[in-house]
Amino acid sequence: MSLYQVQKFLYKLNRDEQIQREFTENKDSILSQYDLTEEEHNALCSGDIGLLYVLGVNGQILMHFAAYLQIEWFDYLQLMRDGISKHGEVRAGIYTMSGADKSHTQTLERAFGDKLA
Amino acid sequence: MSLVYAGILSHAPGITGRAHLVDNPLIRDRFYASLDQQRKDIEASGADALIVIAAEHFANFFMDNMPAYCIGIGDKHIGPIEDSEWLKIAKTTIPGSPELAIRLAKSVMHSVDLAYSEEWQCDHGIMVPLNFLTPNYDLPVIPCNINCQGPPLTPMNRVWQFGESLRLACDEQPENIALVGTGGISHWPATPDSGKINEAWDRKFLDQLMNQDKPKLLSYDDEEVYSEAGQGGFEIRTLIAAAAAAGGKGILQFYSAELPIFAVGCSVARFDIAKQV
Repeated sequence: MSLYQVQKFLYKLNRDEQIQREFTENKDSILSQYDLTEEEHNALCSGDIGLLYVLGVNGQILMHFAAYLQIEWFDYLQLMRDGISKHGEVRAGIYTMSGADKSHTQTLERAFGDKLA
Repeated sequence: MSLVYAGILSHAPGITGRAHLVDNPLIRDRFYASLDQQRKDIEASGADALIVIAAEHFANFFMDNMPAYCIGIGDKHIGPIEDSEWLKIAKTTIPGSPELAIRLAKSVMHSVDLAYSEEWQCDHGIMVPLNFLTPNYDLPVIPCNINCQGPPLTPMNRVWQFGESLRLACDEQPENIALVGTGGISHWPATPDSGKINEAWDRKFLDQLMNQDKPKLLSYDDEEVYSEAGQGGFEIRTLIAAAAAAGGKGILQFYSAELPIFAVGCSVARFDIAKQV
């Protein structure tokens, strides 16, 4: 997994309209500049918000990518929930910082219990 | 004394971008009215420039080179980096105050290793506050960011030192300077739990902040903050820095956890300016 590379690409995409144009025109070309796994490459190409969240992309980066893809706010939130259902808990990044095997959602459940529902 | 105003306010993209989705418009409008009062208070202070202590969340820096603290010393700043339609704030140019910013930076550097940037880009973390506090973008702005998203994060005792150093630097200047810290308290922004707010935690923190309870404020640990206040809670750094700069007790002018579509508890407060810190 190369979460750093995924996030670095999205960080640049979010801030640079030229990179946004290049990504729109030829996704493979610009993504070849980053050391990505096939799963990461495919998630970026297809705009798979749910998988990118599970891979560990920080929401402060991911929400801008969703806006760039013209995904509405509530759809964005649901896509992340669907991603967890489909792919499992968050694998890396800031949302796992409370424990080596505890996801953001698990941490919240511990903290808030049934208030999450 | 050249620090003439110090306060705090919340920021979040939903405050402007999702204002039309609020199901409690009366509370939203009370929040907006409090922000407008903050604008009036800053204008009445005679401020020549506004320092905004905000949270770095990948508008300017990434983990290849992430400063703990950075000040914008350019003659202008641009923003928002976000899609304008999404944020409901048009892309614009904000005047900076380079000579003053460099003087402040040189002073702060005596006690805090402060990075600087002449090419500042503003995201919602600064654009949302400016949208309310200087809507015509006619007040020079000096942005200061604290890394609040890319751990390891600067510890709270250094945050306090940064705020005090900034205050001392302001006091050395002939200009009148206003300062706001802008961040969330508990929140889980841009995650599936967006909209969750731990109101009890927020109110406890705000009480400590308004009362300048330095031991309590410096005791916050990121593991605890993450568990109880989410990764958005790391932004208490910006609020603590503002309190340290002011030195005086605060007055909480607005707080509500009843605007979850904004994905943050909404707060507005101002501090008394202590004679010295």
